[in-house]
Amino acid sequence: MPNREPEQGTGDGVLLECAGLDKRFGGVLALAEVGFSIDRGEIYGLIGPNGAGKTTLFNALTGIYGCDAGGFSFDGEPLAGLRPDQIAARGIARTFQNIRLFGNLSALDNVMIGRHVRTRAGVFGAILRTRATLEEEAAIEKRALELLDYVGIAARGNDVARQLPYGDQRRLEIARALATGPKLLALDEPAAGMNATETLELKKLLQRVRTDGTTILLIEHDMKLVMGLCDRVLVLDYGRRIAEGAPREVQRDPRVIDAYLGGTVA
Amino acid sequence: MRGVNMFAKTQAKWVGVALIAIALIALPFALAAAGTAWVRIANLAILFVFLSLGLNIVVGFAGLLDLGYIAFYAVGAYAYALLASPHFDLHFPFWVILPIGGLVACLFGVLLGAPTLKLRGDYLAIVTLGFGEIVRIFLNNLSQPVNITNGPQGISRIDPFSFGSFSFSDNENFFGLAFSGPIKYYYILLALLLLAIVVNLRLQHSRIGRAWEAIREDEVAARAMGIDTTRIKLLAFAMGASFGGIAGGMFAAIQGFISPESFVLVESIMVLSMVVLGGMGNIWGVVLGAVLLSFVPELLRYTVEPLQKSLFGRSIIEPEVIRMLLFGLALVLMMLYRPAGLLPSAVRKRELAKPDADNA
Repeated sequence: MPNREPEQGTGDGVLLECAGLDKRFGGVLALAEVGFSIDRGEIYGLIGPNGAGKTTLFNALTGIYGCDAGGFSFDGEPLAGLRPDQIAARGIARTFQNIRLFGNLSALDNVMIGRHVRTRAGVFGAILRTRATLEEEAAIEKRALELLDYVGIAARGNDVARQLPYGDQRRLEIARALATGPKLLALDEPAAGMNATETLELKKLLQRVRTDGTTILLIEHDMKLVMGLCDRVLVLDYGRRIAEGAPREVQRDPRVIDAYLGGTVA
Repeated sequence: MRGVNMFAKTQAKWVGVALIAIALIALPFALAAAGTAWVRIANLAILFVFLSLGLNIVVGFAGLLDLGYIAFYAVGAYAYALLASPHFDLHFPFWVILPIGGLVACLFGVLLGAPTLKLRGDYLAIVTLGFGEIVRIFLNNLSQPVNITNGPQGISRIDPFSFGSFSFSDNENFFGLAFSGPIKYYYILLALLLLAIVVNLRLQHSRIGRAWEAIREDEVAARAMGIDTTRIKLLAFAMGASFGGIAGGMFAAIQGFISPESFVLVESIMVLSMVVLGGMGNIWGVVLGAVLLSFVPELLRYTVEPLQKSLFGRSIIEPEVIRMLLFGLALVLMMLYRPAGLLPSAVRKRELAKPDADNA
C-alpha cells in the first residue's frame, strides 16, 4: 500500500541534509557539529552508546528542541526553527523511545488523530456536518483502518491503546506516525523490549514501509536488526559523529568498537 | 432474528425519545402548578446546563482547568444589557445581541487563552481564577470616569426577548392554556439548549474534538503528530466562552436586571462542580450534573424549613447552611465512590482507573 502523500519529491537524491548541528543543555554540548544526509528511499540507522545524543538529535529534527547552531533542510526546504507540528506537516513523523500513545483512546482514534495534519475540517464544518466534512471523516476512518491492518493490528481497532500488548503498542505508534503521511519516518528504538519473533515481524514491516516509498531513520540498540535492515549507519558518541557508512564497515571501525567497549584506541 | 432485534431496539429508542420530548414539553405546566417560581428555577437550570456544556469543552474535552469561567457569562450578560436597556437607550432585538454576546465572549476567551497557553494544571487554574475576578472588578468599577457598567448598582429594565409586539415576558393564553412569561422563556431556552447539545455532540465527534482529546492525553505527542496545539487550545477557550456568553445574554433578558454580584467566584465553582459531578467529557453526564445541582438545592430550600418546623416546632439550622453542608457532603461522596462523575465518559473512567490494573 503506497504511502505517498504529500506528493513525493521527484526523483532520487537527498531527502534530509543536516549540517553543523549543535545543541547545548547549559554547559553540556549534547550535539556537536553533527552533519549527515539521508537519501530518498533508504533506511538510515543512528546508533551509539547510551547518552550519545541520538534522541536529542531526533528531538532537534522534529522541532521539539531548537538548534543552537547549524541546521537541517528537508526535501530542499530549511526546517530548523519550525514548531513540531509544522515539521510534521512538512513530512517528518516520529515515534517515541518510551511509547507516547494517547493511552486512554482507542487504537483507531489514535491513528485517526494522526490524520489531523492532512485534513482540514474546522469548527463550522463539524457543527454543520457539511458534505465535505462527512466525506473527509469517512476517508479518515477508512485510511486509519487500512493502516491498522498494514501494521498487523486490524483486530485491535476498538481496544484501548494502553491496554494493548507492548509489541502492538509499538506497531500502533508506527501506524499513527504513518497516518500523518510522512516522507521520512523516524523511529526511536522501535524494537526495544521486543522478543525475537516480534523483532523479526518489525523488520518485515519496516522493509515494507520502505518499499512502499517512505524513507526511514532508525535509532536502535538491537545490532542484529540494524545490520540486517539499514543501508547506512551513523554512529554518535558524546554528541559527535564518529563514523558513517555501510553497517559492515562501521562495525569494524576501531573508533566505534572503542566507543562501545570503552578504553582508548591502542 | 438479529434484524428484528435491531428494529425493536431502534423502535424502543424512538419511543424513549418521544417520551422525553413529551415530558420536556409538559414540564413547565406541571411546575407552574407548584408555583411560577419553579418555572423560573427550571429556566435557570437550563442556563446552567448551557454554561456547563461550554465549560465542558474547555475542561472536559481539552483538559484545561478554568476557574474563571463565569467571567464569560458576565461578558455575555453585560453585552446584552448594554445593547438592550435604557442605560444607553439602545434596544436591539435579542436575536441580534445574543450572537454578539457570544462573539464578544469568544474574543475574551481568546484574550484569556493566549497568555495562558504554556500553563497547565494548577498554574492555569490560578490564572483563570484571577481572570474571573478581574472581569468582575472591572464591571464593578467601570462607572467612572465614563459610566459604562453603572458599577455595583448594575443595569436594570433590560429588554425581554421579543418578536415585534410578541414579548416573552407577558402572560398570554393560547388554546385555553395560560402561558406565563417564564413558560414562554422555557420553550425558547429549551430550543436553544437542544441546539447547543447538538453542536457539542458534533464537535466532540469531529476532527477538532479528536485534536482536543489528543492534547488532553499527551501534548508532546499531539504536537509531534502535527496538531497545532496553540490554535486548538485557543479554539477550546473560544468555543467554551461563546457558550458562556450566549447563556449570559439569556440570563440578562430573563432577569431584567444584572449586577456584578451575580458573577462571583462561587458561581464559577458551581459550574465546575456540575461538570465534575455529572461526568467530565460526557455531554449527557454534564447535562445531568447541571440539572441536579440546579434543582436539588432549591428542593432543599423548600423542604428543609417546613420539615424542621414540623419536627421540632422551630427552625434549628438555616436552610442555606444545610444546603451547603449537603452539597459538600455530596461532592466528597462523589469523589470517593464515583470520581469520574455520575455518567462518566468512557475515556475519563480509564484515566482515573488504577494504573496497575492495566499493566497486565
